[in-house]
Amino acid sequence: MSTKRATREALGETLIELAGEGLDVVAVDADLSGSTTTAKFAAAYPGRFFNVGIAEQNMIGTAAGLAVAGKIAFTGSFAVFATGRAYDQVRNTVCYSDLDVKLAPTHSGITVGPDGGSHQMLEDIALMRVLPGMRVLVPADYVAAKAALRVAATTPGPFYVRLGRVAAPAIYGDDYRFELGGARVVREGAHVTLAACGVMVEQALAAADALAADGIEAEVLDVSTIKPFPAEAVAASARKTGAVVTCEEHSIIGGLGSAVAEALGELAPVPLARVGVRDVFGTSGEPAELMEHFGLSAAHIAEAARGVLQKRP
Amino acid sequence: MTDAALVAEIDLRAARMRHSIVEMIAEAGSGHPGGSLSAADIVATLYFGVMQYDPRWPVWPGRDRFVLSKGHAAPVLYAALADAGYFGRDHLKTLRKLGSILQGHPDCLKCPGVEVSTGSLGQGLAIANGIALGLRMDGLPAHVYCLLGDGELQEGEVWEAAMFAPHHGLDNVVAIIDHNGLQIDGACSEVMCLGGVAEKFHAFGWEVRETGGHDVAELIEAISAPPATPGVPVVVVAYTVKGKGVSFMEGDAGWHGKAPNAEQTATALAELSAAVDRAVEAAKGGAR
Repeated sequence: MSTKRATREALGETLIELAGEGLDVVAVDADLSGSTTTAKFAAAYPGRFFNVGIAEQNMIGTAAGLAVAGKIAFTGSFAVFATGRAYDQVRNTVCYSDLDVKLAPTHSGITVGPDGGSHQMLEDIALMRVLPGMRVLVPADYVAAKAALRVAATTPGPFYVRLGRVAAPAIYGDDYRFELGGARVVREGAHVTLAACGVMVEQALAAADALAADGIEAEVLDVSTIKPFPAEAVAASARKTGAVVTCEEHSIIGGLGSAVAEALGELAPVPLARVGVRDVFGTSGEPAELMEHFGLSAAHIAEAARGVLQKRP
Repeated sequence: MTDAALVAEIDLRAARMRHSIVEMIAEAGSGHPGGSLSAADIVATLYFGVMQYDPRWPVWPGRDRFVLSKGHAAPVLYAALADAGYFGRDHLKTLRKLGSILQGHPDCLKCPGVEVSTGSLGQGLAIANGIALGLRMDGLPAHVYCLLGDGELQEGEVWEAAMFAPHHGLDNVVAIIDHNGLQIDGACSEVMCLGGVAEKFHAFGWEVRETGGHDVAELIEAISAPPATPGVPVVVVAYTVKGKGVSFMEGDAGWHGKAPNAEQTATALAELSAAVDRAVEAAKGGAR
């Protein structure tokens, strides 16, 4: 069993690897380089790292300029600031100019913990998903995060890679390959589909274990690419099982749950339940407490699965 | 070319650009004449007296870069790019129309010679800084010229970027302020007082040069002279007249963002044609 690692730890390490391989990567952060781990990259490649201070709009703008000059520009900061504070810069400069800016902010979702609702970003997937040209990746563990960052670096155009603060158990081995636009069947099942992203993949797998004890075979899909959305893969699983539960550490408005609902509405209408934060802000607490408080834990997913199965015709 | 001949040549280019600006905005039926006309001498100086570039190879790595932070002044940029040969003058009459390479605000994915899309105010200087960092990393001696409006200085991101350039020693960035004193809702001093623009940039660590914004000889010197201290970025505060060159537009905030009607267009173009004729004569004299 691998040790637990946070997805944010992948950022600095992957940047070091990419620069070592000769990729023209740079990083711009906004006074959070220790937390985002870009400080590790800065220590290894000081000429490729720029700190703008507490100025997220300038972080995105400077990264945009570096991309105009031909660099592959990663940005740090926390998800709440990198998206909300600098949304116009991301929209009108990065996406409208189709630049090689790769947003990889950390501290997304409620697992930020004690810092509370002001710092627990629950709307970032929604904000980024609607931007033309933006690709949105939500890796489930450290290995997936490294692979996602690599795909972002080597694929032209804007990317949003959502990283988290807390250490999470390993789901994947070193043979994992990130498929842009794909959904991975992590566990096969015939009765209900649990479509999850990020730290919720772990919870969905635990829910599948609990359901199995009751004779319910749940299929767990890791939907690590929210955009381009793997609509056909999700629909195929929905057609097979006939019921879907979405699992995300994000608002149920605009994120994975919405993307799945949109796809299934067009391709394969089946009973659907969305597990996520229900249109409220976060609050202070320990990550595990908050997962229970907001109804995101494995037990809540299992309960939602039983509920959605009852609606199946 | 002698200095006087170069100045006369740029004056002529600027006069022609002003004529193009009014012509294309009138044809489009909308657009921003005031801030395009105020910046005509600055942009003409950059494109025909300062910057190194190749219109046949718009992405030549060694080129100087121009970032039009005040993106609504797109017509002045389009007039310069057409005059420089980036695209045919026929495109100018397609401004703001469906399918045009000349969008209402500059779009780098559609228009050759536009380095980066702009239009949302306050973003250009940060982009210019990023380009300057990239050029420096690559050992390229090129410069980045960023034109900002004065009303635009009310955006906070400008000052985030103003703090950044001196901190990183970006003496390959030159910021130019088109200081015409007016914005959409009226005088900058009444809408939101800017205070001393020169003093503010000085306090942020820039070498500040104040100059007449319609005096090409002064502009060439202010824009192209290297900083007194290496590593210190230069800002040129160019005092301009909004709507410069069209008598009834000069100094009137009402001409920030509307097109002239047919009668006004005829009057404006007559004035601007006369100015072109005068500039042609002066250029002939200057070339002797």
